[in-house]
Amino acid sequence: MVSLTPLLAMLSSLAAVPLIALSGKRPNLREAFTFAAGITKLLLVLSMLPVILAGETVTYTLWEILPGLAIRFRVDAMGILFALVASSLWIVTTIYSIGYMRGLKEHAQTRFFCFFALALSATLGVAFAGNLLTLYLFYEILSLSTYPLVTHHQDKEARDGGRKYLSYLLASSIGFALPALIASYLLAGTLEFTGTGFLGGTASPAVLTFLLLLFVFGFAKSGLMPLHGWLPGAMVAPTPVSALLHAVAVVKVGVFSVLRVFTDVFGLETLKTLFISGIKAATIVAVLASITILLSSLIALFQDNLKRRLAYSTIGQLSYIILGAALLHQTAVAGALSHIVMHAFGKITLFFCAGAIFVATGKKYISQMVGLGRAMPFTFAAFFLGSLSVIGLPPAGGLLSKFYLILGSLRGDEGLFMIVFLVSSLLNAAYFLPITFRAFFPGDKAVDEVSLAGIREAPLWCVVPPVVTGLLSIALFFFPETVFRLASLAVGAGGTP
Amino acid sequence: MIAALWSQSPALAELFPLFGALLAGVWGLYRPRYSSPIAIASLVGSLVFALMVVCRVLAEGSLRYRMGGWPGPIGIEYVVDALNALILPFIPGSALLALWYSRGLIAEEFSAKLPQFHSLYLLLVTGLMGMTVTGDAFNLYVLVEITALASYALLSLGGGRAYLSTLNYLLLGTIGASFYLLGVGYMYIKTGTLFMPDLFARMPDLYGSPTLTAGFILMMVGLWIKMGLFPLHGWLPGAYTDASTPATCLIAPLVTKVTVYVMIRIMYNVFSPHFVFTTTTWSDVVPYIAAVAIVAGASLALIQTDFKRMLTYIVVAEIGYMVGGAWLGNTAGLTGAIFHIVVDMVMTLCLFMVAGIIALRGDGSIESFSGRFKTMPWTLAAFVAVGLSVIGIPPTGGFFSKWYLLSGAIEARNWVFMAALLFSSLVAAILVFRVVEKAFFGSLDEEHGDHGHHDHHSPTESEEAPVGMLIPLWVGVAVIFALGIFSGTLIEKLITHAMPPGLF
Amino acid sequence: MVEVVEKFSFGIYLVLLLIGLWAMIGKRNLVKKVIGMTIFQAAIILFFVSIGAKDEATIPILRNYYGPDATPINPADYANPLVHVLMLTAIVVGVSTLGVALSLIQKVHGKYGTVEENEILEKST
Repeated sequence: MVSLTPLLAMLSSLAAVPLIALSGKRPNLREAFTFAAGITKLLLVLSMLPVILAGETVTYTLWEILPGLAIRFRVDAMGILFALVASSLWIVTTIYSIGYMRGLKEHAQTRFFCFFALALSATLGVAFAGNLLTLYLFYEILSLSTYPLVTHHQDKEARDGGRKYLSYLLASSIGFALPALIASYLLAGTLEFTGTGFLGGTASPAVLTFLLLLFVFGFAKSGLMPLHGWLPGAMVAPTPVSALLHAVAVVKVGVFSVLRVFTDVFGLETLKTLFISGIKAATIVAVLASITILLSSLIALFQDNLKRRLAYSTIGQLSYIILGAALLHQTAVAGALSHIVMHAFGKITLFFCAGAIFVATGKKYISQMVGLGRAMPFTFAAFFLGSLSVIGLPPAGGLLSKFYLILGSLRGDEGLFMIVFLVSSLLNAAYFLPITFRAFFPGDKAVDEVSLAGIREAPLWCVVPPVVTGLLSIALFFFPETVFRLASLAVGAGGTP
Repeated sequence: MIAALWSQSPALAELFPLFGALLAGVWGLYRPRYSSPIAIASLVGSLVFALMVVCRVLAEGSLRYRMGGWPGPIGIEYVVDALNALILPFIPGSALLALWYSRGLIAEEFSAKLPQFHSLYLLLVTGLMGMTVTGDAFNLYVLVEITALASYALLSLGGGRAYLSTLNYLLLGTIGASFYLLGVGYMYIKTGTLFMPDLFARMPDLYGSPTLTAGFILMMVGLWIKMGLFPLHGWLPGAYTDASTPATCLIAPLVTKVTVYVMIRIMYNVFSPHFVFTTTTWSDVVPYIAAVAIVAGASLALIQTDFKRMLTYIVVAEIGYMVGGAWLGNTAGLTGAIFHIVVDMVMTLCLFMVAGIIALRGDGSIESFSGRFKTMPWTLAAFVAVGLSVIGIPPTGGFFSKWYLLSGAIEARNWVFMAALLFSSLVAAILVFRVVEKAFFGSLDEEHGDHGHHDHHSPTESEEAPVGMLIPLWVGVAVIFALGIFSGTLIEKLITHAMPPGLF
Repeated sequence: MVEVVEKFSFGIYLVLLLIGLWAMIGKRNLVKKVIGMTIFQAAIILFFVSIGAKDEATIPILRNYYGPDATPINPADYANPLVHVLMLTAIVVGVSTLGVALSLIQKVHGKYGTVEENEILEKST
């Protein structure tokens, strides 16, 4: 089906940018524009859902930019799944941003909201990209438009973080992804996503393997080690940025791009037969992802700065998705896709809570948070729900996606990687559960009542969003049908994964 | 009337600046105030007719225009095809933007020499347009020297160190032009003609001749000196850095790029792909020289502290892009090189405009960008936009020229050239974001207060560049994006038709 | 005979060319550099003119065209005029370049009080 809707959905937040910029002197109007754009965007995305669920795709070709290669949107199940997550969470994040930015009296709020809207446009552009060139275009726009958000504080730490951020992301995308992109175009003569891949049989296995690795490392937003260093560095950003961009939009754009490479550039069937000197090419990626998962979980265990611990946890969880894709089994890929959703809701909750704690108390370190649960029960309750989902415990959505990932590894005869999932889940529990536990039950380390005096919940704007997203990630456990329908549609498995 | 103008457009596009130069120079002596409007009017006229030429080429294919009706080798004949039709309008266009941008500066710096300045300005444009359309190898030499003489005079107007660096440029430029002339002589000995289409037709029988090969080498080396290909670039950074802003904004974007066009013209329409890549045994070496030029230009840019000098080294690196692309020996590379000529014209123009604004507000060092995002947001935003093109981020023009260059490198299996291109993209990213960082964060080392406040650099509205400078700058930025967005159309309608037969 | 003359003049042209080039690159004195440039250009002019040179050739004008004993002209009899025309233009270009170069040297001398390159570089740093 050809329709303007994907373009409009992408543009709705872009169109809001000048409005936001011009209403900078009237904050309430400015935020109203952000909300309007967010709701429009969500509605536009939702309007395409029935078509996609019926198994069709929505396409729109903007203009031919290279001979035979256009800027083209193509919404399929995979794209809309990601778009739904990003656009719905943007609204929640906007509510949270208002509380956070105003609560801390941050400077340059207009710039903040402008670039946030721009980043969302780029995210949807990636989600709806109909070919690799379009995807790359929006991928780069996203890297650049988030730079002013990461460096929002404009101090030394922000400068260093921003430097790291751009140098990792630009160096990888220009150094690895761009040549891989051009080589693919020269080999296959097309970059269009069709759901089956276009690179199969166009070159020798060695070349294809090399291209696969170039792509996987080229999209460094996925945080695969050793190109993960930018993510902890990016934690200097204000928390709403970390929450939406570095737990949902930016990093998921990275893994989404990698998933696209697996499913639409190479195609799962091609990869299943792609061997290089007896080793399956995908297994190399799988091993890299496994190493990332385990190492980052271990590192997270020793981080005292809450946001950094969350960042390392994110790195690990992103590699779940890459690992899921690299297992090449439909069930695992569907699990990977649904993990994009489940992890998004869980992790954004955790970041919201970290920010709420900072707004209310100014505390950044986990060791300072002992006993805080009594003063801030809602925040820590939400934190608990979020961590349940990320660890993968019932009754949270994360359990389901992890279940399918593990199921996929078994069905794909890759039982070894199941152990990775299990071990890392244990580690997740080890670095998340104590935070909540000790916040509510400080134990014998008697908390000085004085230190808690005067500490109250953060403003409502900051507390409601994590509670909502926390509850949503529980809801996803009970009502996961749409997510899994879309995920299984995306891998071509019909109704169920 | 319209039909007459239509058929005379190739001549009119060049005659406008020529007569404008005379008018501004002579009448301007009595009425100095009029020289600037005359210059603007003749550039506008030239631009209009250049665009008309583009339309004609699109409609009719390649054109032969005979001055005074005299054909071929005896008369002066212009040959306009898809290749130079693309470049032609960018010359008066870029000159017009540069003049618009620097009107205030010219009135201030050269108030006593207005007619002379504008006359030289237009002569330079005349020379460049002549270089682009001429079909005669010797006329080309004369036009190259007219351009060069006008640019020596304009560059030396910067005063101070500019005299010496211009003299240096003059000496090297003369060597370059003389080499070219010698090469023309060698060709003439063998073929007895100087008219490019005749040369092209007569030469295939003589390809084995060492005289022709020697002539070809001499011409190429001459042109490389003229365009500043590393390691023959010695004159370029000094001459461009020391000159005044109005002169660099005119010269830096145009002269070297038009010389690259001349090189492509000689390689493919006087000689042929067969001669360049089959008869000549050393042609595969050139992309490696170009790769060295790119890496060296980029690395030297990295160590500069002066913004304008840094830009001149970026120019050196970009010359490497185009030379390499043209010598890769496949259509993708040549397409990239040709497309990059126009993209780089606009990019260089915009960059030097930014440099001019910064020199106006500070000492022109990279350090002087400190904290300017707050005080000069429009200038800096334009710089970021141009910077994206220099790095090669879609959807700017720079991305697509790089796309074709990289495709060419991959097709030719020339990994060294490909690596050099990628390296220079990354260096460009560093160069751009180093400035952006300075401008965005200010000087953090002196700062101890609250985040995000730069009180030591008292923000005043008046620091922003005058609107008369910003509009041309932003027009340039818009053109860069338009070139990217319409690159498919441009390449399909023009550049594809400029591909010489025999190149695959 | 023709070949010897041609080769002889080509030899001179090469020698002059190298002398000019050496002076332009090797000499420190700016005026000497410009002198080198002039020699360099003269060498090229010599080269071009010698292309058209021919023994016993005449000037390319019509003789007795209107008279009763009008003779057709054999192109092989006269020297090629084109190279001379070209060199006229080249000489004009060369003179202009020389003029610009000398005026630049004058300006340099006015600023630094010397035309020795190494002394100028010392003063400008």
